Amino acid sequence: MTDTTSAEETVKEPSMITQKHMIAANYDRLTSAPESGTKVVSTYVPGNLNELIMCFDMVSNLPEINAINNAMRKKSGGYITEAEKQGHSEDVCTYVKADIGLMSKGAIAPNGKPIPPPDLLLLSYTGCFTFMKWFELLRDEFGCETVMLHIPYEGDGIVTEHMRDYVVKQLKDEVIPALERVSGVKFDIDRLREYLRKSAAAEDDLVWVLQSAKNKPSPIDAFFGGVFYIGPAFTAFRGTDEAIEYYVQLRAEVEDRLARGAGPITPEGEMGPEKYRLVVEGTPNWTSFREFWKMFYDEGAVVVASTYTKVGGMYDFGFRHDPDRPLESLADYCLGCYTNRNLVQRVEILENYLEEYEADGLLINSIKSCNSFSAGQLLMMREVETRTGKPAAFIETDLVDPRYFSASNVRNRMESYFQMIEQKRRGGGSATVAA
Amino acid sequence: MRCFIGIDLGSTTTKAVLMDEDLGVLGRGITNSRSNYDTATAVAKQEAVVDTRLTLFRRGLADDAGIPDVDDFMDRVAQYFRLEQFLEQLADLHETCSRFVEGGRFQNREKEAMETLEIIFGRIGDEAPALYAPGAARKSDFFRDLAGSRFMQIGGDVAKLVGLPFDLLLNVYDKSIIEVENRPPSGDLTGKFGRALDRVLGEMPDLDADTKKMHATLEKALAQELDETYVVGTGYGRVTLPFPKEHIRSEILCHGLGAHMMYSGTRTVLDIGGQDTKAIQVDPAGIVENFQMNDRCAAGCGRYLGYIADEMNMGLHELGPLAMKATKSVRINSTCTVFAGAELRDRLALGEKREDILAGLHRAIILRAMSIISRSGGIRDQFTWTGGVANNPAAARELEKLVRENYGDVTINIDPASIYTGALGAATFAQRAVINGEGAAS
Repeated sequence: MTDTTSAEETVKEPSMITQKHMIAANYDRLTSAPESGTKVVSTYVPGNLNELIMCFDMVSNLPEINAINNAMRKKSGGYITEAEKQGHSEDVCTYVKADIGLMSKGAIAPNGKPIPPPDLLLLSYTGCFTFMKWFELLRDEFGCETVMLHIPYEGDGIVTEHMRDYVVKQLKDEVIPALERVSGVKFDIDRLREYLRKSAAAEDDLVWVLQSAKNKPSPIDAFFGGVFYIGPAFTAFRGTDEAIEYYVQLRAEVEDRLARGAGPITPEGEMGPEKYRLVVEGTPNWTSFREFWKMFYDEGAVVVASTYTKVGGMYDFGFRHDPDRPLESLADYCLGCYTNRNLVQRVEILENYLEEYEADGLLINSIKSCNSFSAGQLLMMREVETRTGKPAAFIETDLVDPRYFSASNVRNRMESYFQMIEQKRRGGGSATVAA
Repeated sequence: MRCFIGIDLGSTTTKAVLMDEDLGVLGRGITNSRSNYDTATAVAKQEAVVDTRLTLFRRGLADDAGIPDVDDFMDRVAQYFRLEQFLEQLADLHETCSRFVEGGRFQNREKEAMETLEIIFGRIGDEAPALYAPGAARKSDFFRDLAGSRFMQIGGDVAKLVGLPFDLLLNVYDKSIIEVENRPPSGDLTGKFGRALDRVLGEMPDLDADTKKMHATLEKALAQELDETYVVGTGYGRVTLPFPKEHIRSEILCHGLGAHMMYSGTRTVLDIGGQDTKAIQVDPAGIVENFQMNDRCAAGCGRYLGYIADEMNMGLHELGPLAMKATKSVRINSTCTVFAGAELRDRLALGEKREDILAGLHRAIILRAMSIISRSGGIRDQFTWTGGVANNPAAARELEKLVRENYGDVTINIDPASIYTGALGAATFAQRAVINGEGAAS
């Protein structure tokens, strides 16, 4: 079932290998864009319009994914230092600095070739103000065309017809004309419908995989494993046959583990007995990803649901891309991303996860340099605690700056948290972990 | 008798609490954590055993009508026991230093150096009883601090007098103190207790007591078997303890439970430790409901005060009392320890009084703690403050002020033994593991 032949002796699911090849192929496509004449669009994960971009034969460059990739390959620290040398302060979002630093150092992709400058900066504004500033910096750097899709914030917790119409109007009047202009390809709505149909098929399997964590034991880790599972659906593969095939493969793997009553695959193989079921709010730390994960699986803790795996679309509450309402469903997709939800909705989502997935508690990994995500997290935590009566804990790390992950401190808090859950379970005051 | 021990391995000090099976605290022990947690654990545990022996001795004495003021009497016995301990370690230090007097650096002045050490240690030893006399104030209770400061003072003077470079002796001292400190303490309690008792009795000739009977009572207390039934470790160094996993608890749980044991009405706990400030919410049974700790930066923790004490060339215990003399509070930042040091020098240069600056520093620490308390959900009645800093009067004054301002009239508990709260929680877990069967008994 698993592959242990890689250099780091990391155990990988076959679907992870598949995804690795997919990502590598996309980087090859991206870096060879100048030779192939393919136009490059830079865009962000939350609210990305991948199906629409594909209609114009363009290739996507996703700056956060580059930052994450470089963090996991231990390169982001150097890039951040480079950006700081240029005057970006210590407290600025480290995705931004990792990207600025990457650009300054030749924009080398994992395949060793330079990422070409973008022909278009396409910003779907889904709640992160920093994204806007980030593209401002990139526009200044590259002087290319920029188009912004403004997604109204779900401040009242609902999507109104007006909001949807407003987004669709922008797609028609601003985004599609810009894509046509830059690519030279005429928009074909039937082509979009076909991609959206494929998206929906992949989304069904993604949701099945994520919801498999409702089983006990959970066959997946919905945070550390989850970030891999969402990969194709959240990035440049949504709407492709490859994504459909990836999810069929993934689902078969999970079905197999489920049938065997097995737990998630960790970098060190199948997880041991499941002792704690957690819900996680917040972004992962990417520079010490494996070390962080180990603090969970060594203790028998599995993440059964996470909100981070919803930043690129909340499919588990029923949304699907819809070929019959192509532009409207793109609008609904952008409006519904986790990053565009208000605090009340986020509390409800977390509460739902804690109950539906029968979790023991909530852990918030807060990112100091990410104000749009972190603001209100303590209030959310308290509210979720009150509503569910389940214990919560709060830790702070960073996205891709290796300096801000203090392993001993995080471990200390995690240990305390696990013992706290245990103590609460017993209700008698002893925190001894039952074997 | 069955004993249950909790050990709290802090970044600055290591604490031990020994309790009986009815959750009664028999003894407490503390030592500096050094860089060697194994020794620190052994020393703290032995100190708790010593304290337990004193408790048992006192219990034995209770029926003895010959002592008018038992508290005073026991204080003296305890102090003179510490004196005996100090003298024992001092002899060890002297001997260790002598062994290091060799090599080319001494240029055939070894004999002179040995004689000089003889004089220095002789003087330190002669002065020692005054350090432990009734009512004497010491800058620290740890051998390293006491011996170190005397060696610097007396050694410097004597070396100058005999014309020997003090650096040579200091080098020998530095090597030796590490060795001595990391040597597990001698187990001879009977001799030390006996000598301490004799010293007290010698000091109190009017005491109408049967000394023979008293020695017999002491011997009985020392002979009482203390069965180390279960040990639980906590604190920052807990992972280094040679204990199985089920014998280790997080300090959050231990401080929560320890505070509950001290004050059963506790609902919010603040612990300011060496490098952590923790705010803990507990339920009526002492079970942790939520906790928050400082992240990324440890400014405002105990070490902040340690750093300031060094900057001001004062003992840590002297800071609070001096700050209490302040007539105003100078504003000092609480976000960075090093910057606070810079501000301190700046304020001194501007002519501000030391006590006023110190009052500001204490306020800074508490402001930081208040922010962490807010994060954990605020203060609920009752509020218990634990950890070493709680016994600093200036910090306590600021805390009380800010708690009243922000949360109104809540009961604020500060136990004189607040530094032992984590170890108390750990000992309670140890007792429960066996008595309530909550954990694999060893």
